[in-house]
Amino acid sequence: MPKNPNIQKVVVIGSGPIIIGQAAEFDYAGTQACRSLKEEGVEVVLINSNPATIMTDKDIADRVYIEPLTADTIKKVILAEKPDSILPTLGGQNALNLAVELEEEGFFAEHNVTLIGTTAETIRKAEDRQEFKDTMEKIGQPCADSLVVHNVEDAIAFAEKIGYPVVVRPAFTLGGTGGGIARTREELEEICGHGLQVSRVNEALIERYIGGWKEIEFEVIRDGAGNCITVCSMENMDPVGVHTGDSIVVAPAQTLADKEYQMLRSAALAIIEELKISGGCNVQFALHPDSFEYAVIEVNPRLSRSSALASKATGYPIARVASKIALGFRLDEIKNAITHKTYACFEPTVDYCVVKIPRWPFDKFVYAKRKLGTQMKATGEVMGIGINFESALMKSIRCLETNVFSLRVKEIMELSDEALAKALHLVDDRRIFVIAEALRRGYTQKKIHDITTIDLWFIDKLASIVETEKTIAENFNVETLRRAKLLGFTDKVIGEICGRDEDEIRAMRYENGIKVAYKMVDTCAAEFDAETPYYYSCYESENEVDPATDKKKVMVIGSGPIRIGQGVEFDYCSVHSVWALREAGYETIIVNNNPETVSTDFDVSDKLYFEPLTPEDVRNIVELEQPYGAVVQFGGQTAIKLCEALDKMGVRILGTSAENMDKAEDRELFDRILTQCKIPKAPGKTVFTCDEAIAAANEIGYPVLVRPSYVLGGQGMHIAFSDKEIREYIGIINRIQQDHPILVDKYIMGKEVEVDAICDGTDILIPGIMEHIERAGVHSGDSISVYPCQSLKKSVQEKIVEDTRNLALALGVVGMINIQFIVKDDVVYIIEANPRSSRTVPYISKITGIPIVKLATQCLFGDKKIPDLGYEYGLQKEQPTVAIKMPVFSFEKLYGADISLGPEMKSTGEVLGIAYTYEEALIKAFIGTGIRLPRTHKIAITVKDMDKEEVVPIAKDFLDLGYEIYCTAGTGKYLAEHGIPNQVVKRIENGKPNYIDMIVNNELDLIINTPTQGMETNRDGFLIRRNAVECGVHCLTSLDTARALVNCLKNANGVDLSVIDVAKI
Amino acid sequence: MKAWLILEDGKVYQGESVGAERKTVCEIVFNTSMTGYRELLTDPSYAGQGVVMTYPIIGSYGICMEDTESDRPWVEAYIVRELNRTDSNFRSEGSLRSYLIKNNIPVIQGVDTRALTKHLRESGTMRGMITFGESVDMDACMKEIKAYTLPEVVPTVTCSEKYVVGEGNKYNVALLDFGTKRNILRSLVNLGCRVTVYPAFTPAEEILAAGHDGIMLSNGPGDPKQCGAIVEELKKLIAAKMPIFAICLGHQLVALASGFDTYKLKYGHRGANHPVKELSTGRVYITSQNHGYVVDDKSIDPAIAEMSYVNVNDGSCEGVRYKNGHVFTVQFHPEACAGPQDAAPLFNQFFAMMGGKN
Repeated sequence: MPKNPNIQKVVVIGSGPIIIGQAAEFDYAGTQACRSLKEEGVEVVLINSNPATIMTDKDIADRVYIEPLTADTIKKVILAEKPDSILPTLGGQNALNLAVELEEEGFFAEHNVTLIGTTAETIRKAEDRQEFKDTMEKIGQPCADSLVVHNVEDAIAFAEKIGYPVVVRPAFTLGGTGGGIARTREELEEICGHGLQVSRVNEALIERYIGGWKEIEFEVIRDGAGNCITVCSMENMDPVGVHTGDSIVVAPAQTLADKEYQMLRSAALAIIEELKISGGCNVQFALHPDSFEYAVIEVNPRLSRSSALASKATGYPIARVASKIALGFRLDEIKNAITHKTYACFEPTVDYCVVKIPRWPFDKFVYAKRKLGTQMKATGEVMGIGINFESALMKSIRCLETNVFSLRVKEIMELSDEALAKALHLVDDRRIFVIAEALRRGYTQKKIHDITTIDLWFIDKLASIVETEKTIAENFNVETLRRAKLLGFTDKVIGEICGRDEDEIRAMRYENGIKVAYKMVDTCAAEFDAETPYYYSCYESENEVDPATDKKKVMVIGSGPIRIGQGVEFDYCSVHSVWALREAGYETIIVNNNPETVSTDFDVSDKLYFEPLTPEDVRNIVELEQPYGAVVQFGGQTAIKLCEALDKMGVRILGTSAENMDKAEDRELFDRILTQCKIPKAPGKTVFTCDEAIAAANEIGYPVLVRPSYVLGGQGMHIAFSDKEIREYIGIINRIQQDHPILVDKYIMGKEVEVDAICDGTDILIPGIMEHIERAGVHSGDSISVYPCQSLKKSVQEKIVEDTRNLALALGVVGMINIQFIVKDDVVYIIEANPRSSRTVPYISKITGIPIVKLATQCLFGDKKIPDLGYEYGLQKEQPTVAIKMPVFSFEKLYGADISLGPEMKSTGEVLGIAYTYEEALIKAFIGTGIRLPRTHKIAITVKDMDKEEVVPIAKDFLDLGYEIYCTAGTGKYLAEHGIPNQVVKRIENGKPNYIDMIVNNELDLIINTPTQGMETNRDGFLIRRNAVECGVHCLTSLDTARALVNCLKNANGVDLSVIDVAKI
Repeated sequence: MKAWLILEDGKVYQGESVGAERKTVCEIVFNTSMTGYRELLTDPSYAGQGVVMTYPIIGSYGICMEDTESDRPWVEAYIVRELNRTDSNFRSEGSLRSYLIKNNIPVIQGVDTRALTKHLRESGTMRGMITFGESVDMDACMKEIKAYTLPEVVPTVTCSEKYVVGEGNKYNVALLDFGTKRNILRSLVNLGCRVTVYPAFTPAEEILAAGHDGIMLSNGPGDPKQCGAIVEELKKLIAAKMPIFAICLGHQLVALASGFDTYKLKYGHRGANHPVKELSTGRVYITSQNHGYVVDDKSIDPAIAEMSYVNVNDGSCEGVRYKNGHVFTVQFHPEACAGPQDAAPLFNQFFAMMGGKN
């Protein structure tokens, strides 16, 4: 079956903003799929609200709609574009849901659009709880039984039918509290009784307990003719109970004998066959550790995080193949893009071991509960490849960039025996380190297994690492060194353990010929000759990389895992830089370790090294490849941090030099340059201790901004109003290991403005000026950003351009610079300058049509100037469209995290609203973030005293829009005094019904709650915000955002939203 | 103890001895399965071969007799990146290492198995010596390797006397044991067959006189052209118009008996991920494979037979359907063990030919 000739024009639905549970994997899958579709001559129309993605580039799709992902948008795009097909399997769950909605409505049939890649029936069978159970039953595949109950009797009857233990999950309780595991009838009576009580809807789910079972996943592909293959098996190190996205995952499965393996593989094939999927599918199983009993946990009839991981783990491009299948191809008609010799219809076999570790945001949300369970909390992930489990694990630990380089974590090694014993029972992100410490203190593997239920195979691997630590400490010689390197220890860690210098260890290695070798990821364990330059390191005899080339080689340092403050934007920049370099005739080498991204796709660069981004790992590549230079300015802070090390290795830093990079960070140097450029900034000081910080704050005058230097996304940054608050903040800052000083600045409350500029060494190009809706004090990544700026006078804009030019030239910038300013009373102050690409670059590129990264990359070598590239210096002409970038948060996933906005970044992703008017763009952006108003026409307002005056006009606007206003006593009184009628709701401690009841009963459309300044957690406010988030009630903590929203609502009535193809810009 | 693998082209790989310290010369092949070492080690088709595992961690789930395909391991030597030191699986009866030592199998660990596999892929399957000690005398070793000729191995692996499995079952099947895997027997018995297993060299007359409903020809080791005597007997069995189903070596021998040719693949197909396409339907199955020789599809006489399955990767012959209507043979292993069970319905097909209802 060759390509279906009826498919000429396909709408692809993207996944929208990055949130916890949905990271860059869909950009990777979507980008690969779009390219695969275009390869077959199909016209691709893309809809995605996320502007930071590569898939929304006009190079990737023919038509690009960066619009809210709603049924309305899809309808409008279909009407405008008249496609023949729609492909919904690349955009996660949301895209599937939208497709089903439109299919059921009959919209596709009416407009002759065919759903490809799946059918609505398939989606329903996989997603609808009951239909799924029925389908599995029909083909004899077991599921873990469950039942929704409203009374204890039903729970008992059900438990007696399926057998104890059972899990009780009360519906709608904060953070899933009130549930538990019942092993007997008595326990069930107690737990379920309590659970029903705490559940606001008096409901609980009773489920067969399968905690502790092995969690095994298969990635399966099926074509329209019924040919099925499994791409990869994966085993979760954390048994059932921890979300697979929060589990350490190893590929292939390690502890299954062929019998169990084939049993589950056959089951996976039977399931995909029954669901009649044409494309990729993920099947998750729970397997009893001591029998052949298993249960199907879940089936995802689409591409997923696991499929991205499976692709990177095996080299098999699942999205590419799945999209070819959607066009009608059969598996045996699709060439294996890795070997170019064999076909896609085979099962990859690997000759290495892959370990994935999630990247959790607990360094940013220090108050969030670290406990892992069924709700995913990680924002991203890393992958390590090795010839053994140990080295793959050690590599992925390094990839996390959490200042941990092995299983040795200081805080955990310092735990008392008692604390350690307790910690071993916790299921959190530090579990492997706790197990390692337990092994060090003589716990038996069996005992650890009994407590954690982690398979002994994994515990033994951790033990093997711990034993090697001991040998290094006690009996260090060449053989120990050889063994340590084989298991993935870095020279630095070895040195630390045996008390020697890193350089000394390296010298000893070289003397003894212990050197790294690189092996290829080829899908076939070397059975066939492969051509794909996708490599990983190991300590083996034969190196497969041939560094010889007649081209100049450039190394691009990637940005590692997706985390708050460093999202998919930096992958966008890295990839575009690679593409620009390839176009300019350079041989490109990318080093990165994030399996979810486009940059680690096998055909983006000339060579891909899937490696940790530490000096040692990078040095190994440098020594082999001897690149002409390295590009660090597109890989976020991850790459910048390597700048100094690369410079010391003698690698030419292309663009802004290592020394000049440092200037922007070094307070004194930077201040000197600012004075020289006559750019004012808020007065500030650099300090090292808490006492110094307090002295500095008193000298400057409160409020002050306190932050560590060299940080991401305002990590550890706070606005302090008192000595006490400073003391508290410094404590937190010190929790994150700090080699660098702390900055204390006067806090100026003004309008925040941001520019990205390209400097060619002579002059600059500014694509546009962005203005933030939230005043300074809210992190730029969490602010609503508007292009072009709406309220700045011409003279202020000119000053900003002038300052940018002067600063870029004074800092010796060649390439990108991002500068944040505060404008107060028409005076332009600088907040900070970063001589690198920023998170706003992708969106500004798309809406101005200026290929920023490409131009910046072309400038790096000094031989080309901006005018040579067809552009003029200075601020570029404003576009007729207004583009508003709005942050998206994942607070509902992070129990315990405070949602109030401040100088520390908290958002995980962003959406864009584009329109010809400011108002419409704002409406689109709000819709894109998921706000759907009005609904109940009820709003609750509680603000701190400082904000009371300011909230009056906002409340007035809501009132005029027909909203009923609810307030707590203080705010209510103030509003009433100012002519805003309102009803007072009880505070929590004043009995029921109170504020929380209104939230939980879903009565409110919106909450405006500005938190009391400072760390002191106002329990009431905190609970209100947490409850709101967990119940899905919109809660705004900045009056600027609230003002924008109410203005938007005033204009929203009767507006027919447009759809705009940005590929035409 | 240091262990050495010396190949006939002079390449030397050094590792650590973790099995029996028994010097041996054999043919060196590689297998790409990620699971299934229990089955693979005991598959008689590996008799006389030194097997290199491309998956780097072997032994993770220990050993379990239930998962063995015959009474003993048949590989001549085992070459791995790492022999896992522990075994973790609810059915494990002990470590793989102790099992291999007990059965006198030499094992080398710590070899760059990927480099070795690439070499075998590029230069083809070749003879090699496994030896032990601080150093090796290359000249002496090379002499020994060169002197080694591939032995006829079917006589070693076939049963010495006939026996019956599935007593009481309705359909009477004769299974010619060229080195059969247990799961061929199990598959037939589970379908409702009474299986009489005959030694490889049983005269056709004896089998035909026993009144079977069908004949199953098993897998087995070695070069099919070394089995001339068996081929002669097969001609008589084919002429008897009884349903015949043959796997692997059996398939090659039926081809030879029909006047077709076989040849040796450069480095064979050994693994659990080989795609084969059924030519009549276009369906592709992922199969378990273990063979160094194949039927030459160009030698198939269209008047007698046609190719029924083809290997998707290299286009080699994976199955033959004979025009007489009662004989079909496949190169791959529908009995799996180790490997995917996708092709298991072929046993049902055979069962149906005997009049059985699935």
